[in-house]
Amino acid sequence: MKIHEYQAKQILNSFSVQIPQGEVAETAEKAREIAERIGPKVVLKAQVHAGGRGKGGGIKMANGPEEAEKIAQEMIGMTLVTPQTGPEGKLVRRILVEEALDIDRELYIGIVIDRAKETPVVMASPEGGVEIEKVAAETPELIFKEYINPATGFLGFQARKLAFKLGLRGDTFKQGVKFITGLYKAFQATDASLAEINPLLITKQGNVLALDAKMNFDDNALPRHKDIAEMRDLDEEEPLELEASKYNLNYIKLDGNVGCMVNGAGLAMATMDIIMHTGGMPANFLDVGGGVSEEAVKNAFKILVSDKDVKAALINIFGGIVRCDLVASGIVKAAKEVGLNVPMVVRLEGTNVEQGKKILEESGLSFHSASSMREAAEKVVPLAQQGQ
Amino acid sequence: MSILIDETTRVVVQGITGGEGTFHTQRMQEYGTKVIAGVTPGKGGQTHLDVPVYNTVAEAVEKEEANASAIFVPPFFAADAIMESVEAGVKVVVCITEGIPTFDMIKVKQYLQSSDCKLIGPNTPGIISPGKCKIGIMPGHIHSQGTIGIISRSGTLTYEAVQQVSLQGYGQSTAIGIGGDPIVGLKFIDLLKLFKEDEGTDAVILIGEIGGTAEEEAADYIKKEFPKPVVSFIAGQTAPPGRRMGHAGAIIAGGKGTAKEKMEALENAGVLVAKSPAEIGTKVKEALGQSIWNEQNKVE
Repeated sequence: MKIHEYQAKQILNSFSVQIPQGEVAETAEKAREIAERIGPKVVLKAQVHAGGRGKGGGIKMANGPEEAEKIAQEMIGMTLVTPQTGPEGKLVRRILVEEALDIDRELYIGIVIDRAKETPVVMASPEGGVEIEKVAAETPELIFKEYINPATGFLGFQARKLAFKLGLRGDTFKQGVKFITGLYKAFQATDASLAEINPLLITKQGNVLALDAKMNFDDNALPRHKDIAEMRDLDEEEPLELEASKYNLNYIKLDGNVGCMVNGAGLAMATMDIIMHTGGMPANFLDVGGGVSEEAVKNAFKILVSDKDVKAALINIFGGIVRCDLVASGIVKAAKEVGLNVPMVVRLEGTNVEQGKKILEESGLSFHSASSMREAAEKVVPLAQQGQ
Repeated sequence: MSILIDETTRVVVQGITGGEGTFHTQRMQEYGTKVIAGVTPGKGGQTHLDVPVYNTVAEAVEKEEANASAIFVPPFFAADAIMESVEAGVKVVVCITEGIPTFDMIKVKQYLQSSDCKLIGPNTPGIISPGKCKIGIMPGHIHSQGTIGIISRSGTLTYEAVQQVSLQGYGQSTAIGIGGDPIVGLKFIDLLKLFKEDEGTDAVILIGEIGGTAEEEAADYIKKEFPKPVVSFIAGQTAPPGRRMGHAGAIIAGGKGTAKEKMEALENAGVLVAKSPAEIGTKVKEALGQSIWNEQNKVE
């Protein structure tokens, strides 16, 4: 799960990680009020779940409360397009108004789970403020890493090592150690999957603060972090994806026009792949789960056909424990309820496949049937092209 | 022949009295798996599905000589269940549970370091040595005994591969789902090492997906020291970066873990990589054909 910058900063602050003074505003008047209190100079930052905000005009400086109000007026309600939002952009509903600070240096600190080493890794770099992937690719020697021993956690000497590598000295060094230590505590205590401070700011006065903050969380652990689960912002999510999540379906909207509905994540990705190899493009990823029920099939069908970009659809079910006849009757019921408004290719395989095929044939609905993945893809791609 | 499990494997089911545990224990019994005990804390002394239920895994090991376990307990209790089996001396632990927090698995992996127990999963369909033993939730009837080893990160896609292999006339020695999570027990390399030593395995299918670097590590190993033919398919060639494709582990993060990188690494290691999932079966035939041809050449 993703959260906003201002939410990440609230969490981090509760773990003694220093953040700039600031508050969230949903109106221009509120932005002005905040600027009057913490200004006069402030920075206004659009709160959307996407990076690269500065490039799209989502981060601006104001010299006083009046200017802050004026900029906030423009920013709240705008559609922000950044390299990460896609061309459709994201609606800005709130902004973070923060004190403007005197920047001396911009550094980088990030924590992720290293999958190969099977433990968290704390990464630090003096090259902050730019994309860390770029630093990793071009100057990997400027990224310093400390792996966590799960038995001991993050140790004091590891924090000191990183702070020295970042070139921190004196009181700034002490602040840096406290900062990194607090960041790791927050990461572990919240079951985060990512905690990234980019840039980590060193002010001209020698203070260490999180200028930006990004945190993602392990979805599997959210049930034990109710406070964090409540930070989920449904407005930031794709409506169909949100609808699918209500029924425990995994749905991701993509750019193509061939809808797909598959049981199992691996087979769902493979189905998308074979559509591409046949010359089409998938409109979505939709995994109805390994143990799919008739009800799940029905809901998935509805979500699939409600996407206006879908010109033809491919249903690929490999029945294992799940019986194909149950899946088939779910498909037929859903099609009768919501209508079969796009051509649909159905490939059933596995347990009770013959009964399943019979149910589809006898339904009176015009499904196209296929007996292999290849045949299904070869049927559905031209149908989608015709519908375009 | 097979790896890890066979007709001598004695299985204890953790969470046997639950809905999932009950359903899949019945399927395993039908398949012929020797399910010899169940564990549900507080229900010790009962009999369920004709097997004795114990309060702890240790008792099941002591009284019924369990040497493998199948775990069907809810996600927040699963890490504890795995470690209980390890502590009790079970040799193969198969954790079916989906949704275990990553930090819990980090602890489990740390715990496993001081043991020779083999963990399969979590979030796996399980492991099957056709005709001998099935521990998991895969449909037994689609499998047949043979000489192809299968290692996969997914479930239904593995069934697809099994079926394609069957259509080419080949059965499986052992098929294993390693699990769809970021951190799992046995990885591709661990299983390749076992298949290397197994005389009953002539070729291996490796089914990977986007996310992580397990496939690249496997490619490295294959290049250096795996002598048998390997066929591979990587799911998620069309997946966009930064989006989790169902499995917690299937995510292209920080530009790493793309299907393209993995396919290239495997091809460089001499693996026959199927571009389309429909080609898995025919690639196996191709791989075995080449290998027989090579063998004959060697003799001459």
